[in-house]
Amino acid sequence: MENLVQEAIQNVNLHAVMPSLILSVAGMALLLVAVFSPRGKTAHIAWLSIASLIVAGIVTIMGWNDTQYGFAGSVQLDNFAAFFSMICIIAAGLAILMSDEYLKRENFPVGEYYPLILITTAGAMWMVSGTDLITIFLGLEVLSVSLYILAGFFRDQVRCNEAGLKYFFLGAFSTGFLLYGMALLYGVSGTTKVYDIAAYIQANPDTTTNVMFVAGGLLMLTGFFFKIAAAPFHMWTPDVYQGAPTPITAFMSAGPKAAAFAALIRVTFICLEGMQDHLTTVFWVLAVLTMTVGNLIALNQKDLKRMLAYSSIAHAGYAMVGLVAWNEIGSAGILFYMLVYTFMNMGAFAILILIGRSGEENLTLDGVTGLGYKKPMLGIAFSIFLFALMGLPPTAGFTGKFYIFAGAINSGYIWLAVLGVLNSAVSLYYYLRIMIFMYFKEPQEDYAWVKIYPATAVSIVISVIGVLYLGIVPGSIMQLARMAGF
Amino acid sequence: MLDLYLPIIVVIGIAFAFAIGSVVFSRLVGVKRYSELKMSPYECGVPPIGNANERFSVKFYLVAVAFIVFDVEVAFLYPWAIMFKQLGWYGAITMGIFIFVLVIGFIYDWKKGALEWE
Repeated sequence: MENLVQEAIQNVNLHAVMPSLILSVAGMALLLVAVFSPRGKTAHIAWLSIASLIVAGIVTIMGWNDTQYGFAGSVQLDNFAAFFSMICIIAAGLAILMSDEYLKRENFPVGEYYPLILITTAGAMWMVSGTDLITIFLGLEVLSVSLYILAGFFRDQVRCNEAGLKYFFLGAFSTGFLLYGMALLYGVSGTTKVYDIAAYIQANPDTTTNVMFVAGGLLMLTGFFFKIAAAPFHMWTPDVYQGAPTPITAFMSAGPKAAAFAALIRVTFICLEGMQDHLTTVFWVLAVLTMTVGNLIALNQKDLKRMLAYSSIAHAGYAMVGLVAWNEIGSAGILFYMLVYTFMNMGAFAILILIGRSGEENLTLDGVTGLGYKKPMLGIAFSIFLFALMGLPPTAGFTGKFYIFAGAINSGYIWLAVLGVLNSAVSLYYYLRIMIFMYFKEPQEDYAWVKIYPATAVSIVISVIGVLYLGIVPGSIMQLARMAGF
Repeated sequence: MLDLYLPIIVVIGIAFAFAIGSVVFSRLVGVKRYSELKMSPYECGVPPIGNANERFSVKFYLVAVAFIVFDVEVAFLYPWAIMFKQLGWYGAITMGIFIFVLVIGFIYDWKKGALEWE
């Protein structure tokens, strides 16, 4: 007993959870700040949240190339985790930047909003650095529960309530799948540590044909597919993305999705490696289905938030092509793509925040008629993000897709890369349609209500810089992604 | 090996005997004066029969949520108390952090007025 306690103490190593620890402590402290602040005053909480995110980001960057193991091998802060942590931090930072004025406009400036984002990010970081199924599950739950609240944050708006409730029910349901799968894997291998499961399979190769193991692996993957919104598990996405507060939609489509991808990659590439032949089939079917479903349904959308929701499904499909490739370029490609996607998608949502009126009834195609003439800077920024989402050079959308499809071609999936490019061609239609409404139609309104909120404008500028930088000189960041990838 | 479970079986037996025994005993001996309130499934709380679409007071649920927090706290405190000597300072500090986190939630509840009934 004495030994067990000693071992537990020695194995803690707080360095391995330092970034997420900073965010959780900051989250709790700011919760108290929020509750003791007068109602309606939230700006200082927003700035303190940004500050804590910056500190966590610096700590994460300083830990680059210095893998830390903590809690008896349950947590492993390696380059892979650090890269995904940075994506989550950037996503959270951009979301907070675009939130404060938005909350005031929607007449719901409540301080708890920011601590919840910080705690979501901390959960995402546990998820990406977890090497124990229980840690991954814990991170996922911390992330999800905070997001359920954030998705239904405007409690006096019916659509927002619907989003929160729908997300909660389907999220809880999918968590059930995930947990059941983890339980079965534990039942087969007798451990929840991913490396120990891998070692067990190495020692007993016939495990990979064991029904319980296969069922466990697939159930667990189903749980992750729900979270990354891969078809046919995407049904919740449009309603939740449309109803949730716009900064939260932007955050959800970038940070938590990247975290789910990280856990998915870690678990499949380590634990389920023995099932590679079968899993690549599963992945390519889902990848093709996801991008096709996302793009085809997006063609018919009038509501911009809903259209971007379907587009985010399609982009998860592109990223899954990197999983099919199952090689170094493919996994590095996913890391790079999630970073790119964070910038381009959050930028697009930030534009929607500026265009929207209180209640956001006007965020439709007709609502942007002639915007490019009345608000030229917004039009240009929106066009850059749309070009990036289409995947056209010189934006980052092109380089991101390039690396992912290059990974697929390296593994011999040329036809899959072709399908991906064809899908991008389909997506041109609905992205260009927004630009046609912006530039080729006479403006019917003067857009007098559009105010350029300073903080939101900063987030747009950061996103534009990110999209262009990653598009024109992707080399250095791609190098980092390759160091981080599996 | 199996005799390790004997105390558990004994406890289960006692629990069943107590549960069944007290119900039977009160039925045999107790005085029966029925009233409308006594016949309802819950003497206090939400009326169990009626339109489901009516508005209900959120107070009950706040109390329930606060209760869960402290219930979980106790569930973690018991095993710690048993292992207190072996865990030493490590256990004390860890538990201190755990309780501190809960206290933050408690302060939040308090300040928000979740503990006031009116």
